[in-house]
Amino acid sequence: MLENYLPILLFLLIGFAVGVGALAAGFILGPHRPNSEKTAPYECGFEAFEDSRLKFDVRYYLVAILFILFDLEIAFLFPWGVALKQVGAFGFWAMVLFLGILVVGFVYEWKKGALEWE
Amino acid sequence: MTFAMLKLAAASPEVLVLVGACAILMVDVFRTQEKNTKKGAEGAVLTYWLSLILLFLGAFVTFLGFGKHTGLALNGYFLKDSLGDLLKLFIYLAAFVTFVYSRDYLRERGLLTGEFFVLALFSVLGMLVLVSASSFLTVFLGLELMSLPLYALIALDRDSATASEAAMKYFVMGAIATGMLLYGMSMLYGATGSLDLGKVSEAVRHGDQKHIVLVFGLVFMVVGVAFKLGAVPFHMWLPDVYQGSPTPVTLFLSAAPKLAAFAMLLRLFMGALEPLAVEWQQMLAILAVLSMAVGNVIAVSQTNLKRMLGYSAIAHVGFLFLGMLATNPQGYSAALFYMITYSLMSLASFGVILLLSRLGFEADRVEDCKGLGERSPWFAAVMAVVMLSMAGVPPFLGFWAKWEVLRTAVDAGHVSLALVAVAFSVIGAWYYLRVIWFMYFEKAQDTAPLVPTVGMGVLLSANALALLYLGLFPSSLMAVCVLVMGAH
Repeated sequence: MLENYLPILLFLLIGFAVGVGALAAGFILGPHRPNSEKTAPYECGFEAFEDSRLKFDVRYYLVAILFILFDLEIAFLFPWGVALKQVGAFGFWAMVLFLGILVVGFVYEWKKGALEWE
Repeated sequence: MTFAMLKLAAASPEVLVLVGACAILMVDVFRTQEKNTKKGAEGAVLTYWLSLILLFLGAFVTFLGFGKHTGLALNGYFLKDSLGDLLKLFIYLAAFVTFVYSRDYLRERGLLTGEFFVLALFSVLGMLVLVSASSFLTVFLGLELMSLPLYALIALDRDSATASEAAMKYFVMGAIATGMLLYGMSMLYGATGSLDLGKVSEAVRHGDQKHIVLVFGLVFMVVGVAFKLGAVPFHMWLPDVYQGSPTPVTLFLSAAPKLAAFAMLLRLFMGALEPLAVEWQQMLAILAVLSMAVGNVIAVSQTNLKRMLGYSAIAHVGFLFLGMLATNPQGYSAALFYMITYSLMSLASFGVILLLSRLGFEADRVEDCKGLGERSPWFAAVMAVVMLSMAGVPPFLGFWAKWEVLRTAVDAGHVSLALVAVAFSVIGAWYYLRVIWFMYFEKAQDTAPLVPTVGMGVLLSANALALLYLGLFPSSLMAVCVLVMGAH
């Protein structure tokens, strides 16, 4: 049973070797002459002027979570819409049930003001 | 595929709880728009009563359908049997008792919001699904639906640093446990080609697979389940979570999810992996001894009552595993009896802590019990009953639970393990009895009068009296446990 996985193991090993090999070859064979201009942090051509670890508003997080939720809903709706003829009335009502549960959550977040940015 | 083929009648309690919890969420969100106002608090009280009614209705429907429509439903993903029905009844009971005990504590601290009840109800729904799982998928679904609301519940008091820490710890540990469990499931799925617990069991019994793959999967499943139940060496989260959570959440956490996690243990090991019993027996034996040793010994040195009860929970899990070791229906029913007993005792013990607490004062140190015998002789007696029952002193219920587990262990030939269990129980008796000593033989430091609400006073008394009554007449509960295991 495990021998079926041998190609995958080989693939992993070769992939790893290629990745490491290219970097290692560049590191060993290439010239290595650093100066202050070369080692300076580089940000789209501008001078780096602040730390990249910023505090940001927790509301981005909330919006991101809500986005994922409804994004997945859409992703789930597409195959259902394509296969609606095959899944029939049962599939239709099963999806209505699923959407109904999501609507409950949606009403809750709306009422709680999670969608308001002020 | 039609709706009739789903046999939804078997899952009617789950459907009821789902619809009810959604409806309660809607009622709550439309009633309590103004936060921290009088109207808002009234709305949460309405949510409280609706939640109690929903739990009662759920228990009623489960009771009416007890042992009926048994068999597989929902395309074979859902198993309805009387074992599940019994555990579900106690899950409703635990949640109901939790709500009643918690109400005053939450109101005093401004935590009485609809979210507490709705999250707990969704967690209860997850437990119901987990109890009736008959496929790895349903096990996973139920487990996650049970755990996710719990993480949020622990962090309910979001200004409390300890609660946030506890929630974070529980979340990370819970994620690791789930990952372990899933990895084990994927191994077994790979080896047997099925997610259905019955088919997995059949495939393992025929033994066409590489034994090593099965055992590999089994190890990960044992780790996952041990994490959830808090057995040593996977117990590190448990004392911190017990101590850090708001006490009502600790109360909820200590009873209902344990019943569901125990159901998961039974479904996976008694159900799907019974043919591998020889292997998991050894693993559970090690976990049982370690849990009893570490739980009981470390609990002795605790000064925080909630933390002490956390270590005591670890020790009780050790006893639970001891019951599983016999791998026969007697052993399983003894473990079931032990789990139900533990949940009743745990409810009462945290109930007393909630009773002693008030705004600005958490009665979570063992010293806070000092002088309770003078302040309130009745509730001191309640606490004494609970502690004696936990220590396993006759004639209380805890004695019979320990007795049954030890008896089946000895019958199955695990005499040395039984002796170890007795030795650690004796050590364990020390810290339970210390609480009683504090209550009756020490001066009170805290002299504020105790004024429980009627509902809490009555229910807490009934809870302790049940421990005494069932201890005097244990045969009915024991017979039910044997019946549901035999009928399986």
